[in-house]
Amino acid sequence: MRIARPPRLLTFRSGGLAPILVILAVLLILLTARQPDFLSPPSLMSFLGRSAPVVLLAAGQYFVIVSGELDLSVGSLVTAQVVIAARLIDGDPSAGRPVAVLLLAFGIAVGLVNGLVTTLLRVPSFITTLGMFLILVGAVYLWSDGAPKGGLSEEFRRLGRSAFEDLPVLGRIPYALVVLLAAAAAALVLTRSDFGRTLVAVGGNPRTAELSGVRVWRAKTMAFVLSSVAATLAAVLIGGYSGVSFQAGAGLEFGAITAAVLGGVALGGGRGSVVGAMLGALTLETLFTLMNFYGVSGALRPTVQGAIILLAVAAASFRLPSR
Amino acid sequence: MSGLLPSPLLALRGIGKSFLGVRVLDGVDLQVRPGEVHAVVGENGAGKSTLMKVVSGVHQPDEGTVEFAGAPRTFRNPREARQAGIGIVYQELTLLPERTVAENVCLGREPLRRGLVDRRAMLSHTAELLASVGEGSLPPDTRVGRLGVAQQQVVEIVKALALDARLLIMDEPTAALADHEVDQLYALVRRLQEHGIGVLYVSHRLKEVFDLSSRITVLKDGRAVATLDTVDTSADRLVRHMVGRELSSYYPAPAEPQELGPVRLTVRGGGNRKLRGIDLRLRAGEVLGVGGLQGSGRSALARALFGAAPFSTGRVTVDGAPVRLRSPRAAIRAGIAYVSEDRKGEGIVAGQSVLDNALLAGRAVRLGRGGRGARTARVRELLAAVELRAAGEEQEIRFLSGGNQQKVVLARWLALAPRILLFDEPTRGIDVGAKSAIHDLVRRLACDGAAVLMVSSELPELLGMSDRIVVMRDGRIAGELPTGASEEDVVALAVGTVGEAAG
Repeated sequence: MRIARPPRLLTFRSGGLAPILVILAVLLILLTARQPDFLSPPSLMSFLGRSAPVVLLAAGQYFVIVSGELDLSVGSLVTAQVVIAARLIDGDPSAGRPVAVLLLAFGIAVGLVNGLVTTLLRVPSFITTLGMFLILVGAVYLWSDGAPKGGLSEEFRRLGRSAFEDLPVLGRIPYALVVLLAAAAAALVLTRSDFGRTLVAVGGNPRTAELSGVRVWRAKTMAFVLSSVAATLAAVLIGGYSGVSFQAGAGLEFGAITAAVLGGVALGGGRGSVVGAMLGALTLETLFTLMNFYGVSGALRPTVQGAIILLAVAAASFRLPSR
Repeated sequence: MSGLLPSPLLALRGIGKSFLGVRVLDGVDLQVRPGEVHAVVGENGAGKSTLMKVVSGVHQPDEGTVEFAGAPRTFRNPREARQAGIGIVYQELTLLPERTVAENVCLGREPLRRGLVDRRAMLSHTAELLASVGEGSLPPDTRVGRLGVAQQQVVEIVKALALDARLLIMDEPTAALADHEVDQLYALVRRLQEHGIGVLYVSHRLKEVFDLSSRITVLKDGRAVATLDTVDTSADRLVRHMVGRELSSYYPAPAEPQELGPVRLTVRGGGNRKLRGIDLRLRAGEVLGVGGLQGSGRSALARALFGAAPFSTGRVTVDGAPVRLRSPRAAIRAGIAYVSEDRKGEGIVAGQSVLDNALLAGRAVRLGRGGRGARTARVRELLAAVELRAAGEEQEIRFLSGGNQQKVVLARWLALAPRILLFDEPTRGIDVGAKSAIHDLVRRLACDGAAVLMVSSELPELLGMSDRIVVMRDGRIAGELPTGASEEDVVALAVGTVGEAAG
């Protein structure tokens, strides 16, 4: 008895990178048709730097989604971190480092709470993280009496707004892009590690994982922590790039989820790649840039994101009639 | 056409039914007379449930005729059967615990007055029904959730009778009952008989069958192999009809006594919600078979030993040292592996690759010996050793056949070099070739010094593979059989004609 090879179609399977690469290529072609110098190094570098926060969040969201959960709290966490940083730094250049450490600790704490409430108290993660979203929004308003206080130091903002200048060929490379590449490399290593593979198993079949000795609660909690750490990193970049506001992270959670789904990460878990999620984020940003160039109102962004989520999920279940 | 006997209430002639090309019922004849309790017995999978579903209109027969109350009938759905006068009481209770007895009995056909439910009519109607079966003391306005299981069953039966049923099907009615509650059920069934209601009584428990029925039909592999008058038959004879199959396939040789090593695992007084008083010893080099009917606790035993549904009482030792098996992880650390009967739900991660599936336990529980590279190399060796057939180690496991999926699950455990292996239905849903490969593997593991516990509902497999067999009944070990036992021995212990009495 010989098992037949899987059908050729499977290179296009959900979780494979082919679909998202095709979509990205099509969008880039449309974009260069309208704006021929979009792919020139300076423009491309600045586009990638600008997109870094969303790409980071998509990578973080990948870990949560692939484990079978959702993290709706990342947008409000970005806002909270930016507001906290501004108030604690208050223009003091020397406060940058200690505050960065504090932000990281706060991010990890938020991830731990998300993860432990979801796994140990068995609250569905979209409820847990929606609760966290509201708690963070409310707490930040309360803590700053309705308007952000203080301000970020120039040193703190450098990571988000400055670049290596005057390089040959590429011109300038934003620090944000370097941060992104480092984080992407780390994420890639992580997905190939024992933890990363086990996490996919947890999302794919938690019963099997449990019966194979996996501590499911621990793996999922780690995923939430990773997502929160990604949000913290994104907050530093966004604070640097666009400054302090209560809107700093608004809507980013849906951006990250849309990106991950677009990149072939299956809602419900067990399927997808972190590269796909990050490419999904780039594709989404390319689409918004395209809409911008074609004069489509920015107000349509949420509508477009919603439509993409629905279409991508429908397409994935169409490709995979039985799971 | 009239004889001395009353004409049958229900007559099945040549009933045949197939699902997806598998013949589940084959030319079944069966008659129930008014006021008769007719028992239907058979092994798991003999076709009892399907036959009951044909009578109650859930399934339509492919062949044969159903005659009810003298006229040929075709029931297209359970509703039509119910309206014709066939009531059914399922194994599991189907009542709404938050509603009253009367509301449950009249569910879906509440008496109306001016468009509203007539509560008073409902209560008096239910009270009448209860009184007619001698249960008049049960107040019809009690919430069902407050009743005991036995009383709930009375409500189920009354509900089934509410539409003037003339035939009542009872599918394992005592499964949920304690011993003293069974007597109450007996009384109720006898009263139904007096009213001329025919009863089709499906049960695993031969004691009940002999206590209650006037005739017994034995189903085996979808055929009615015998219909016997209860007074003229014995439990032994019944069991012989139920099994009596030939041991056809090949099994590896059992262990010689000198091959058995030290005691690997002991359980003393193990119990939990599904198990009571489990005493067990498992030696290195031996395959201990666990038999019993579905729901007898055989799977619960394996799950308890693996910490998936742990023992709440009792003591367990592994290699002489006391252990607490509170989670699968703890059991794995104690050197125990478990292959679930539900491969798709609990054995594999369908969307992951062969390699990821095989590495799963090793990644989660690091038991020393080398790093990642060594672990992967070992798993690759094992996948080759179990003769896996796949397009490659990166192929998703869901595209593999059941047998090859099972080999991957085995490789996953073997990578941890477990000293105790628990198999629950290791060859369920696996084709014949892969089956004997897995049998050989199980025996080889035992020869290499592992202690193996194997749950199986396939009697030939159980008898062919085991060095020793324990048979479970009602959450207890009903008895132990040496190698060379017969199918009759196992079935007799499983259904309770011999061995320690329960309770």
